[in-house]
Amino acid sequence: MTTFLELLVNGISVGAVYALIALGFVVIFKATEVVNFTHASLLLAGGFLVAKLHPALGFWLALAAGVAGAALVGALIEFLIIRRARVGSHGVLAIVTIGVDILLTTELTREIGTDVLALGDPWRDQVLHLGPITIAETRIVALGVAAALITAFLLAFKFTGWGVAMRATAEDAETAALMGVRLGRVSLSAWAVAGALAAIAALFLCVFPTPGLDRSTTAAAMKAFPAAILGGLDSTTGALAGGLIVGVTEALMSGYQSQLAFLGRGIGDAAPFLVMIVILLFRPAGIFGTKELARV
Amino acid sequence: MSRRSRWITLGAVWGVVVVAAVVAPFYLEGFWLQTGLFAMSAAVGAIGINLLTGATGQLSLGHAFFLAVGAYAYVYLSTDVGLPTPLAAVVAVILAGVAGGLFSPIAGRLKGAYLGIATLALIFGGQHVLFNAEPLTGGYNGRAVPPMELFGFVFADSPGLVLLNVPFGALERLWFLGLLVLAAAAAFARGVLRGRPGLAMNTIRDHEIAAGVMGVPVARYRAGVFVLSSMYGGLAGVLVALVFQRAVPDYFGFLLSLDYLAMIVIGGLGSVAGAVIGAVFVSLLPQLLTRYSDALPLVAEPGSGGVSPAEAARILYGAAVVTVVLFLPGGLLGLATRLRRVIPRIKELRWPNSAPAPASRR
Repeated sequence: MTTFLELLVNGISVGAVYALIALGFVVIFKATEVVNFTHASLLLAGGFLVAKLHPALGFWLALAAGVAGAALVGALIEFLIIRRARVGSHGVLAIVTIGVDILLTTELTREIGTDVLALGDPWRDQVLHLGPITIAETRIVALGVAAALITAFLLAFKFTGWGVAMRATAEDAETAALMGVRLGRVSLSAWAVAGALAAIAALFLCVFPTPGLDRSTTAAAMKAFPAAILGGLDSTTGALAGGLIVGVTEALMSGYQSQLAFLGRGIGDAAPFLVMIVILLFRPAGIFGTKELARV
Repeated sequence: MSRRSRWITLGAVWGVVVVAAVVAPFYLEGFWLQTGLFAMSAAVGAIGINLLTGATGQLSLGHAFFLAVGAYAYVYLSTDVGLPTPLAAVVAVILAGVAGGLFSPIAGRLKGAYLGIATLALIFGGQHVLFNAEPLTGGYNGRAVPPMELFGFVFADSPGLVLLNVPFGALERLWFLGLLVLAAAAAFARGVLRGRPGLAMNTIRDHEIAAGVMGVPVARYRAGVFVLSSMYGGLAGVLVALVFQRAVPDYFGFLLSLDYLAMIVIGGLGSVAGAVIGAVFVSLLPQLLTRYSDALPLVAEPGSGGVSPAEAARILYGAAVVTVVLFLPGGLLGLATRLRRVIPRIKELRWPNSAPAPASRR
């Protein structure tokens, strides 16, 4: 039971981090209808900046720089490439983002090489004892920060002018533009926000118990893709639910690996994708996604 | 250009290509032959994924998995089951199709980039299976691939064979097999694209609802094209395995799938020729950079800490994908077509008195 509780809390915490990434992914999709495959490399860029800058600037400043840097990279991709691509379908835009992802990931993994970079966070490997269960402090902080950021984001989405503009664009871009919403700004800010969220997520994907930022961090970031799609690509609630489902599944499957030996070693890494397939079989649009309807 | 002279030029170009392809093994060294064979197998796979992504608008990031199915099915059936190798190859391709068919409940229902994300499951699930099913795949170290044997003729280095004073080893022999397979694969895909199925696929890509209204069974078509393209993937996998002579699970990962997408975007979406051009470009680039790394300014030799040739190639074709979409819609093939239209016009400008082009072409 203790193990189960520990795994559950860890799973929820990791799930909240995946939800952060998936949220950015969904925001970009809502604002620009682009399925953004550069997301993993945005995350890597944020984490890399923190790792490289923290010896000189100290952790908090480095974190701020990482968040700003990833937001800038996101905004630049939107401004220099997505905005200028005159293509018929959004499918081709998705392929463009794959091209950008190849570029960024290759360069960043080359810079990282075979190193494992520490992020210099203040929590290190301290653990908290809550009754019988033992949990790493980083996991608690991750859960708290992710929950706070997600709440702030959802409130902003609902109540600020920016959020209204974003939702209007998602509903009907043309009408929104006629009402005075500046589409360029909306999509630029969506990409920047997604980058910033990805950088925060990078921090929590690379702290204890993970050894640090290395080239396999992109693989961890990829698990946010099933999170986003199984919740429903056009639903922020879906991103949260998807993140939690993926996080908890992964934690439980890796935790009970010895009992699940028949599934093979390292099942935790494949589990999120298997869950995604199962859910898509029953709900092709995701759990909270809207089914596309058209009047003919 | 009149119609007849166009046919003549087209015939001449094809003649040169065919002759060059046939003579190549007598002149090229092993390194280039191997590169060429990789390009051929990549072209087969790229044609398949171009049917899916280019012609039907369905993104797949999972095709590396079908290559793995093809490669390992061939190894397993010929080594462990003991089927004759040609039969093993055919069954391997069919099995890749079956694997694609098992995915069809999803491939038929999801569209475009959604399917792209869903197919990530094939990659990560596939890698998991490949590394764990050790008796089948040899785990981390992979398995040796038995050479193809067709009517008593072995596609391997021994028994030795000398043709016109050129020793004909495995690569030289495979070269012709590869050419035949590629030609057949290309001809079949061309037939599909030019016939009714091709029209239906393009309509699904351009306007799903219109396709449905005209009586095209959209989901069935999507699933069908997915199966077909996974069979092409399986065939490419068999070829790659034969060229490599070893099948390693690590090779069939996410990066391979990205390579295939890069090929069709760079070459030109939706056509057979585009897939072939892109496959040649993406397969040749890293080899060229490796070969001439000491002569190139920004590329370091492998292992010396700078930008390695493989990384430089990856960066170059990542950039190529972005550039092509931004500035060259239609890819390299589109560029060629456009040049063909522009060059006669330039000639007209230079020699205003020469025979005028028909009015319709101005």
